[in-house]
Amino acid sequence: MTHDHDHEHEHEHDHADAGGSELSPMDLRVRALESLLTEKGYVEPAALDALIETYETRVGPRNGARVVAKAWSDPEFKKWLLADATAAVASLGYSGRGGQHMVALENTPQVHHMVVCTLCSCYPWPVLGLPPVWYKSAPYRSRAVIDPRGVLRDFGFELPAATEIQVWDSTAELRYLVLPLQPAGTEGWDEERLAAIVTRDSMIGTGLVKSP
Amino acid sequence: MQAFGPVLPEAGEPTFHAEWERRVFALAVAMGASGKWNIDTSRAARESMPPAQYLASSYYEIWFAGLTRLLLASGLVSAEELGSGRVMAPAVAGVNRLSADKVASALAGARGFTREIAVPARFKTGDAVTTLEMNPRGHTRLPRYCRGKTGVVVAWHGAHVFPDSNAAGRGESPCHLYGVRFEARELWGPDTTAASVSVDCWEPYLEPATVR
Repeated sequence: MTHDHDHEHEHEHDHADAGGSELSPMDLRVRALESLLTEKGYVEPAALDALIETYETRVGPRNGARVVAKAWSDPEFKKWLLADATAAVASLGYSGRGGQHMVALENTPQVHHMVVCTLCSCYPWPVLGLPPVWYKSAPYRSRAVIDPRGVLRDFGFELPAATEIQVWDSTAELRYLVLPLQPAGTEGWDEERLAAIVTRDSMIGTGLVKSP
Repeated sequence: MQAFGPVLPEAGEPTFHAEWERRVFALAVAMGASGKWNIDTSRAARESMPPAQYLASSYYEIWFAGLTRLLLASGLVSAEELGSGRVMAPAVAGVNRLSADKVASALAGARGFTREIAVPARFKTGDAVTTLEMNPRGHTRLPRYCRGKTGVVVAWHGAHVFPDSNAAGRGESPCHLYGVRFEARELWGPDTTAASVSVDCWEPYLEPATVR
């Protein structure tokens, strides 16, 4: 492989390894770290695989959608969710890391809730999975607390002027789940059908549920 | 901080954008179970990057840098080992290694952050409180936009591990934690499109509202 560029400054580019595949500098550094930590006996690769598999395939917004669908269908569950979200959410099998202290925030026609972590990326993992890149990035982290309407325009929608926006900055270990408004025309739907219209972003406050 | 540009959501974005991101995520979570540092220390480590580097880094690049910082600070690896990728010294004793069969229970059963303390809560729901003008050198969870500002206690969450102490290795030092709601105009002036911003504040961040 020939290179035709100047070497006046440090820059990163892909190199072919012996097998002919491209490995980026981060690939190489991370592989080196993983093998060092494995050889030291500090980590077990199979545990790493299990962690990845958990958050790539098993824990995600389908969990939160079930919580919302149940709250829409079952008034007793909704009361419980608003009073003790940790217990109500755990009753559906979702608990633990990133969600030990859950709080549900109910949207109404007058109030729309939006959740952010201005300081890092705190997000309700057990019900929504790992946060998307935009949630963890400087634009959202800085602007959600100042201009949430502008942020919602970046997401492609506007709320009526009469709806006020309450923003929640997740500075402690409390994790917030937005309970979006149930759309008209979905009365009497079963929970599975309801869960299918609940989007991830509607449960953090930057999206609306899908129209029926 | 402001003016970071628009929020740019990526449609259908994957949980991880590269294989190395998966491995960094898993390494950080697994090493977080080592017993050698706590979540507050790990946040402090990530925040310790020089600002220009932090803002130019992707999320998992920040995690990688934070992890290597913690590994060095705790003496689990040496700088020479990190640079070469080779083990050069025996492993440090007393590192809890997460095994694959324990991953599910470690995640689902992750310990919460509430603690029992003898001292009663100083504030109650409805109290007007003012956040301290403070500028600590170390880790804190009181955002800069929220110092010297007056709001209302809307919730009491019991006593929680106090990050300012825990991150610095001074122990959990649990303090009463409150949800405090600020009128957005109080924080940002009349241009804000938020109605309110609610911030979870530990008792040391608060004093009774100063009369104005």
